[in-house]
Amino acid sequence: MADTVAFTVNGKAVEVTADPGLPLLSALREDLGLKSTRFGCGSEGCGACTVIVDGTARFSCTLPLADVAGQEVRTAEGLAGPDGDHPLLTAFLDHQAGQCGYCLPGILMRARALLDRGEPVDRARVAQELDGNLCRCGAHARILDAIMDAAREMGVAT
Amino acid sequence: MSAKLPPGLETAPLVSDWVRPDGDGFAVRTGRAELGQGVQAAMLRIAAWELGLPVERLTITGPDTGASPNEGVTAGSLSMTQGGAALRAATSAARVLCLAEAGRQLNTEAGRLAVIDGAVLEAGVDTGLTLPVLATRVDLDVPVVDHAAPLGQPLDADDTSRHDLRARLTGAPFVHDLSPEGLLHGRVFAPPSMAARLPDALDLAPLEARPGVVAAVRDGNFLGLVAETSAAADSAAAWFEARLEWEGLPIVPSDPHSLLEASTAEMEQLEVPEAGLPSSEPVIDITCRRPFLSHAPMGPSAAMAQWGDDGLTVWSHSQGVYPLRDAMARVLDLPQDAIRVIHTPGPGCYGHNGADDVALDAALLARAVPGHPVRLVWSRATEFRTAPLGAAMATRVRLWMEDGHLSAARVSVTSPPHSTRPGTAGHVYLRAGAMIEGGTPFPPAPDLPANRGNGAARNARPIYAAPALVERKLVDDLPWRTSALRALGGQLNVFAIETGVEAALMAEGLDPFDGRLASLEDTRARTVLEKLREIGADIIGTEEPDRSWGIGLARYKNVAAWAGVLAEIELGDDIRVTRVRAAVDTGEVIHPDGARNQIEGGIIQALSWTLKEAVPLDGARVAAESWEDYPILRFSEVPQIETALIHRPEDPPYGCAEAVAGPASAAVGNAVQRMIGVPIRDLPITRERIIAAVSEA
Ligand code: FES
Ligand code: FES
Repeated sequence: MADTVAFTVNGKAVEVTADPGLPLLSALREDLGLKSTRFGCGSEGCGACTVIVDGTARFSCTLPLADVAGQEVRTAEGLAGPDGDHPLLTAFLDHQAGQCGYCLPGILMRARALLDRGEPVDRARVAQELDGNLCRCGAHARILDAIMDAAREMGVAT
Repeated sequence: MSAKLPPGLETAPLVSDWVRPDGDGFAVRTGRAELGQGVQAAMLRIAAWELGLPVERLTITGPDTGASPNEGVTAGSLSMTQGGAALRAATSAARVLCLAEAGRQLNTEAGRLAVIDGAVLEAGVDTGLTLPVLATRVDLDVPVVDHAAPLGQPLDADDTSRHDLRARLTGAPFVHDLSPEGLLHGRVFAPPSMAARLPDALDLAPLEARPGVVAAVRDGNFLGLVAETSAAADSAAAWFEARLEWEGLPIVPSDPHSLLEASTAEMEQLEVPEAGLPSSEPVIDITCRRPFLSHAPMGPSAAMAQWGDDGLTVWSHSQGVYPLRDAMARVLDLPQDAIRVIHTPGPGCYGHNGADDVALDAALLARAVPGHPVRLVWSRATEFRTAPLGAAMATRVRLWMEDGHLSAARVSVTSPPHSTRPGTAGHVYLRAGAMIEGGTPFPPAPDLPANRGNGAARNARPIYAAPALVERKLVDDLPWRTSALRALGGQLNVFAIETGVEAALMAEGLDPFDGRLASLEDTRARTVLEKLREIGADIIGTEEPDRSWGIGLARYKNVAAWAGVLAEIELGDDIRVTRVRAAVDTGEVIHPDGARNQIEGGIIQALSWTLKEAVPLDGARVAAESWEDYPILRFSEVPQIETALIHRPEDPPYGCAEAVAGPASAAVGNAVQRMIGVPIRDLPITRERIIAAVSEA
């Protein structure tokens, strides 16, 4: 049975009419055309689908659409705004942090949720936070370097 | 030009096959796929140097059987050696032709002309001519080889940008993301083994009646569906999967090593020392083994296919669009030119993964809905179960020592085949091709020949200056499908040889560096080892009872890049690799940051294989369905890595991602061996195996 669910994505109001049990990932990719959020496993095992819902990083592959009604969803598309790039995006480009990049939007969202909390973080803390996000290409070291750069830029690095 | 042409120039001999003027710059083409390794960035840099233009004024198109040069398969770290050489020659020829034209127009010697930022200068003065404009006036339909005179190039360490990274961070560049008008969604039902069969009487009507399902497709033992939306495809697939029973599963043990050992295939001698081997007992006799490994890309394999009036178009992340096209033409009984395969980026590629198979799957599904593009993304479980595996293998190493140096070696490799790509040995090797009614056969595969670096026996010849007997037993009748995974047999062979060498040196109380140097004549290997000792100085000598380090060394394929790796480990509740140093001689370094990125990635993946990975089996069935069943290295487990590149501008460039796999694995094993005094024989190296090795000793 289809329902209409209203929420915001990257600050913009959207509505999706679908089965309320549809995973948010599918709604983002197929209904809203926001495809930086990626399918990796569908079972909370890899983090490729990570988005931010009301400030918290969530696996969108298992999150029912109905659960985000009225909430603020953020995806990697939102890092490249009209007013310039978010410090995380700038740092990832500077460090060439990534190879195939399939894992990166999910990692960016997990990192953003962490840095936005405003608590001071160090490299080990960031690495621990990212343990639910896999990267098969082995770009980990650069990804951590880039996130720490962004953390410094945002004033949350210890 | 070297006497032997890069393969691309044989099939695409003309300058215009590779480069054409495009506005105030050029459009260049490459048959090398961007597989996430930054190869296109390196290609652009080569073209920019030769054409005297900034990279921003170039565009690049990747493999497309309708448009690009046929460069075969992007694999085996040959992208730069071969594809780079071809593109370099072609862009150089374009420059030479344009400058000759400028010389005619200016009535001067071409030798007095230079190109800066695309502008032609005579004795330093702007002539008002530009290379892109000149290129529109000269005939580029001429052979590259008649005109190429490459400049060679300075190293510009600042220019590191990969033009495609932004889209990979915030956009939708993947084949998984394609959404043209009329798109339908495919799903396939993966058999538990290639030998499994569908019941003859299988009623597909209930599947076709599921909401949103457009077609159920059965051809022999191939089964899939096409649906209107991705969500409808998922739910119909899950519903039917739970009701589906496969038949005819072969009964085999879940341990591949018992089958490898029991196989009566012949142990074939590949290299025999003239003077034979010593008659004495070897000082070391050790057998190392590894389990099956999964490519396990972050995104499951995917493709899109569309049948039209003039044939079939397929969007694929295959490493070889031409071989894939040719193989699909045989399965589908179509002329080759009725199929067009367009390379579209996919998740990281570490060898022959599921990309080719899923492309045929998509084509078979799309045939049921002519005119509609069908996008097929395998499920994670299908990816684990059906993508080709990296081969399980066993390598026995026997070593003889004399006066503190290695005097002889015997290396015996037992392995299934390492290459079943479409086109290998003239066969189709597409999974569904063998499953459909009257399908193309999937015969046992040969090993890769020596001139392609060997498969099972890759790096089985030790790098040390001692006579060696190298032999291989190819077991080609196992029920699991294997194909090329990064470094092929080289990972285990280097692990086994270096484990044996370390054991021999420890028995004589010799230092890992000095002991190896005493048996090493290859000067570039010696330089790599010295460099490694230098950059590892802060680790060497700091060992404690629960902290240790070890090294591994090899020259990839015995003819490509040299790599030495030092790994520091700590043994606590678990074994952790804490710091890694790598010294790599990869010939000319075209894109230093890209090379470092590749080396780091190769090391981290090899550490993951070494510490964690093993494909779980349940008889002939791969028993992994999710990441829980196949853990890989996580962020908090990744060591700090430092890399030293030894730049040799006068030498050809070698790929580097695969070169570090064996040495990195060996370095970890040797760090453990130096800590506990006995070698670890079986991968992955877990805490339990370390404890078992200690208690056996
Ligand atoms: S796709 Fe959601 S965690 Fe893997
Ligand atoms: S960059 Fe390829 S999976 Fe992370």
